[in-house]
Amino acid sequence: MSLSSAIETGTQTVNGSQAAQMDEHVSASACPACLAAPSAEDLAKSGDIKGARIMLSLPTAHCAVCISDVERELHKQPGVRSARVNLTLKRVSVDAEPGVEPTPLIEALDRIGYEAHELDAGMLSATETDKRGRDLLMRIGVSGFAMMNIMLLSIAVWSGAESATRDLFHWISAAIAIPTVIFAGQPFFSSAWASLRGGRLGMDVPISLAIILASAISLYETSQSGHHAYFDAAVMLTFFLLVGRYLDYRTRAVARSAAEELAALEVPRATRLREDGSEETVPVGDLKPGEIIRVRPGGRIPADGAVIEGNSETDRSLLTGESLPVFAGPGSILSAGEVNLTGPLLLRVTAAGKDSSLHRMADLVAAAESAKTRYTSLAERAARAYSPIVHLLSFTAFGTWLWLTGGDVRHAINISAAVLIITCPCALGLAVPAVVTAASGRLFRKGLLIKDGTALERLAEVDTVVFDKTGTLTMGAPTPENLDDLSQEELAVAAALAGASSHPLARALFEAAGAMGVAPTPLDDLREVPGYGIEGRLGDQVLRLGRADWIGAEAGNATATHLRIGEAAPRSIRFVDSLRPGAEEAITAFKATGAEVWLVSGDVEGAVSDLAARLGISHWRAGALPHEKAELVGELTGQGRHVLMVGDGLNDTAALARAHVSVSPASALDAARTASDIVLLGQDLAPVSDATRIATQARRRIKQNFAISILYNIVAVPIALIGLATPLAAALAMSASSITVSLNSLRLK
Amino acid sequence: METLTFLIPISLFLGGVGLVAFFWALRSRQFEDPKGDAERILSDEFDDHPRQD
Repeated sequence: MSLSSAIETGTQTVNGSQAAQMDEHVSASACPACLAAPSAEDLAKSGDIKGARIMLSLPTAHCAVCISDVERELHKQPGVRSARVNLTLKRVSVDAEPGVEPTPLIEALDRIGYEAHELDAGMLSATETDKRGRDLLMRIGVSGFAMMNIMLLSIAVWSGAESATRDLFHWISAAIAIPTVIFAGQPFFSSAWASLRGGRLGMDVPISLAIILASAISLYETSQSGHHAYFDAAVMLTFFLLVGRYLDYRTRAVARSAAEELAALEVPRATRLREDGSEETVPVGDLKPGEIIRVRPGGRIPADGAVIEGNSETDRSLLTGESLPVFAGPGSILSAGEVNLTGPLLLRVTAAGKDSSLHRMADLVAAAESAKTRYTSLAERAARAYSPIVHLLSFTAFGTWLWLTGGDVRHAINISAAVLIITCPCALGLAVPAVVTAASGRLFRKGLLIKDGTALERLAEVDTVVFDKTGTLTMGAPTPENLDDLSQEELAVAAALAGASSHPLARALFEAAGAMGVAPTPLDDLREVPGYGIEGRLGDQVLRLGRADWIGAEAGNATATHLRIGEAAPRSIRFVDSLRPGAEEAITAFKATGAEVWLVSGDVEGAVSDLAARLGISHWRAGALPHEKAELVGELTGQGRHVLMVGDGLNDTAALARAHVSVSPASALDAARTASDIVLLGQDLAPVSDATRIATQARRRIKQNFAISILYNIVAVPIALIGLATPLAAALAMSASSITVSLNSLRLK
Repeated sequence: METLTFLIPISLFLGGVGLVAFFWALRSRQFEDPKGDAERILSDEFDDHPRQD
């Protein structure tokens, strides 16, 4: 009796810790079961109340105060009906009146110190993910319930129930187990069937075989009043494997959700001019060469085109990495993806859709992706070795025992089923997902989103890191560098001129002057000359702030604007791009691990070498074109290196796709985010180096988990082969190995 | 042994009640934001005036 009570408490701890562990996992990473849940509900609601649903990602939210702050602030905004933060997913869902735009909400949150990004709510509600997650959870619930009840009955049998009582207990177990296995085992059966039809022997084939064989034999044994029934093992196997399957599923669902649905920067619409000069808004896909489009200041250029009217400057940093705005006037050729900075432009479309430079970039990415060899994950390698061995062992046992006993089929099948059950794929099924869930949960809390399950494993192998400059190591936002060289008077004039423009350099100058306590001099006749600069008058002196050639100053290598007061010599105000927070830490940490750090940029040599010197990076390349970046990555890969590419621009996309593993910030272009494996949700770059550390640790844990389950098998399989495995031994081996594996995964720091 | 005729149905029934409760919790989306719920309990904002929505 003491044995049975020990087992009973044992079983309860099994269930208890399993539940605790699932809880831990639920909080460790986000819950996919609920991904689309709110939107589904709200879709139903929006049937009667029309309104806007806005989803924002909140990478920095982490506590109770954040929840109430964010919700209270959003409630104050006009038109907001309700807002609810989901801390697990780090997002807030806002129910608002029709016509409420996400931008003011993001700005409001920014003012109280929370970073927010827009998510595409339409895509969130369109996903079927939550259905699958809930379906799996439901099956876990059913098999967990069945497992506990059967285990209670089994304990009575193990502790010595005899004849009629044992048969009764077996029959009741059968009545619970058979429907459970049929319902809860479906995910395995269908995937095993799919892999068999495809002529492969996946992990699910031995799993399904073990579950079906164990249930069938037990049913037969029960009908013959046999001593051993494996109902508990069959159901337990289903339960543990479902848990592994669910963790695995959730990691992927969480990754898919936010990373791909960060809407932000893409331009889906364009303003087209009709024959009569009136405007209409059309989807970018409908643009045809020869049509005329209008691009307002601050807008992104939707298609390749030639300027026919208007002067402006464009920011091409996302396309080429150049930090200096480029002049655009009639005749200039602009590419899709550039940002129009100062004046309105009329463009004649030269190429749209498939022919545009944006699309050529996509072809480059496709080529880079095909050049990359497919990564075989540890789990796949394990499954590949595991399935044949298990089947071989089981059939050998069957054949040998058939021969030894002179044709006792019942005994031989019993033993081969015991072998299948005891080889315990549940530890293997949990070994990887449990670690990946724990690790990606930890990374998610640091603000990193893993889009691909194998990205962690690949990250662990990295020995070379390639950084892009503009927008990645730097914020892509300039700050004036040499304001101290200017006199107070000059500063006041410069501030007054800068205040009249929305050009990024002018804004930066105006804000910096304001921060220094400089009051702008009141000027007359202030006007912006789009594409050149700002002009004003003080008395009879003409004042100009703007491009070097317009002012009559010498154009330098660095990002600069120039100031001329009357006939005095022009003064230049140089700008530096501020470093992204955490950039230095990340680079120092990478160097400490012995990784080689590269800086590759499309920007001019001066800016790149300056930054390289500032951060202590010895390998750098300037003026790199998109395909050159990809080639550099390919070259390094060819030397047998495993490259981590960190970049944000369109010009990095091919390199991101080509690299062993890639990271892009949330502010990156859509295409760059899609091409990369990991998305950095916050501003800070420091988590990237943490990520490699956690990834290395995670890989070690996965390998340890494999070692643990192999060890259990080395002990248990011989026992099963010689026919000594009782249902009790099978249950013990299975639960013990599953739990050690799960606990080991949770050790991840 | 007669006790078994009561105990087994009772234990199955109680287990079934647990299962149904789990289904209910699942359907009413109580596993949606476990981390947020854990933090929300610390806020006294809606202690006196429950939120209307």
